[in-house]
Amino acid sequence: MVRTYLLLAWTWTRAAAAYPASFWLLVVFGCVTGALDLAVILVVFANTTTLGGFSRDEVLFLYGAANLAFTLCDLFVSNLDRISQHIKAGTMDTFLIRPVSPWIQIATDRFVPARFGRVVLAGAVLGYALGALDLDGRRLWMIPVMVGTGIVIFTALWTLAGALQFLLTDAPEVTSAFTYGSQQLTQYPLNVYGRDLVRGATYVLPLAFINWQPGLYVLGRDDPFGTPGFMRFLGPAAALVLALLAGLAWRQGIRRYRSTGS
Amino acid sequence: MRPTRRTPDNPRLPFPARPCTGPDTVGDHARTERRPHTISLYAQLVRYGFRKHATYLAGALAGAFTNSVFGILRAYILIALWQARPGLAGYDVADAITFCFITQALIAPMQLFGGGLTIPERIRSGDIALDLVRPAPLQLWSLAEDLGRAAFLLLARGLPPMLLGAVLFGIVTPTGVTRWAGFLAGLLLAVLTSFGWRYLVALSVCWLVDDRGVSVVSMVLTTFFSGMMLPLTIFPGWLGELARALPWAAMVQAPADLYLGKAPLLDTLALQAFWAATLIGLGAAATRAIRYKVVIQGG
Repeated sequence: MVRTYLLLAWTWTRAAAAYPASFWLLVVFGCVTGALDLAVILVVFANTTTLGGFSRDEVLFLYGAANLAFTLCDLFVSNLDRISQHIKAGTMDTFLIRPVSPWIQIATDRFVPARFGRVVLAGAVLGYALGALDLDGRRLWMIPVMVGTGIVIFTALWTLAGALQFLLTDAPEVTSAFTYGSQQLTQYPLNVYGRDLVRGATYVLPLAFINWQPGLYVLGRDDPFGTPGFMRFLGPAAALVLALLAGLAWRQGIRRYRSTGS
Repeated sequence: MRPTRRTPDNPRLPFPARPCTGPDTVGDHARTERRPHTISLYAQLVRYGFRKHATYLAGALAGAFTNSVFGILRAYILIALWQARPGLAGYDVADAITFCFITQALIAPMQLFGGGLTIPERIRSGDIALDLVRPAPLQLWSLAEDLGRAAFLLLARGLPPMLLGAVLFGIVTPTGVTRWAGFLAGLLLAVLTSFGWRYLVALSVCWLVDDRGVSVVSMVLTTFFSGMMLPLTIFPGWLGELARALPWAAMVQAPADLYLGKAPLLDTLALQAFWAATLIGLGAAATRAIRYKVVIQGG
């Protein structure tokens, strides 16, 4: 599976490398687009020293950790979005008759290697925040765990979004609210959002486990909403449940697919 | 049977049967009649632009849903900021929330993420040559269609986020006829500025062939410097002063300030009118220039 994925991704990378100038331009522009959200955080903190009780560097830590996971998924699986175009154009059929899982084929469809620029940017922000914050060394093991958890959760979200496209062929944009909306949500400490919204983002869609709950542990802070301490470590379990649900939804979606013209 | 003699003119035809003559010809030359630029033609085009986008109502409502979700998320950030800094930039918390939902409502009508015009595809396919020989100027034609598009998207993708913002957070509404009139005038000038900018970006395909680079640069400039992501009034120092004078400020920040009554009416409208006129003027010049360029491109 992994080998097939890499082979398909490599094929698209070679296709992109045929136009090196265009490739590097896309890398640069991708970084600039990715940096816009960072610029917003910096402008906000040019006006205030704390947001919801968190300092600039703490927010940059949360931003870097969530965005590292998000940009990796943006690079490797976000092409699942394109499934609605395949359903509409009827090209979905060709994915189904090939001897490779359609999920892998669609995830690598038109793989854009230039998006790695944003991964580097997110990693750099996380690195800066870790250097600037004086963190407890015994808690740093949580950082790779939270990035891994984030990758699984974002991948599951994109898979769910892809599965929903089988129902929402006319309005694929609805799912952007969940995929890109989650990215927007996780850039800031969750306590700036309303209590009900955060409840939804904890118990309905486990977005709080991407960077908020484990991030509180790394920063050594209590949850302003008062969730118990063991919640900080539930991330991997929540991610697993969501991934299983997403897998089921994806299979149901493929099963429901009846080709165009039906 | 005696063969009939062929007469030069077939009496059944309303015009002489000479192959080189016919309606709209003078001698052997085709005469292109310039239709008068009637208001009704452009009114029709505005209507077609509206109807063309109204076909995709489900898509528009899906977009409105996404804009609303982002509106809610961004509103909370602004609430947190204004709780930390009450009265920042002359707004109170209610003004900041209203600003946030106005910006989300304006994303689609102002096409802040770019696009909205079919010109790049038509340049690549060569169809633009047809558009250039039409008896109506390309720029005015596109503008009329774009006004129809903006009018539909303002209703379908602008109203839902505003209504949701009003229900969830409560937003302020302009009081008095002057402020409403100022806001509506600002909205029209904002659409004109947005069109002027996007038209230039679209025509750049003629020289650059690939429009992806320009589109991304345009998107970055438009989303950041229009006020969509944060009010330009809280940008620090020289960056703020620069951002508030650039054309993108005329697309979101200016109409939002007119709605909130936070900016001098005439100065704001003058800035918007200046940028609308400048960009549309540059667009007219570029349209003349592509008449010479397009032969190579589409031929």
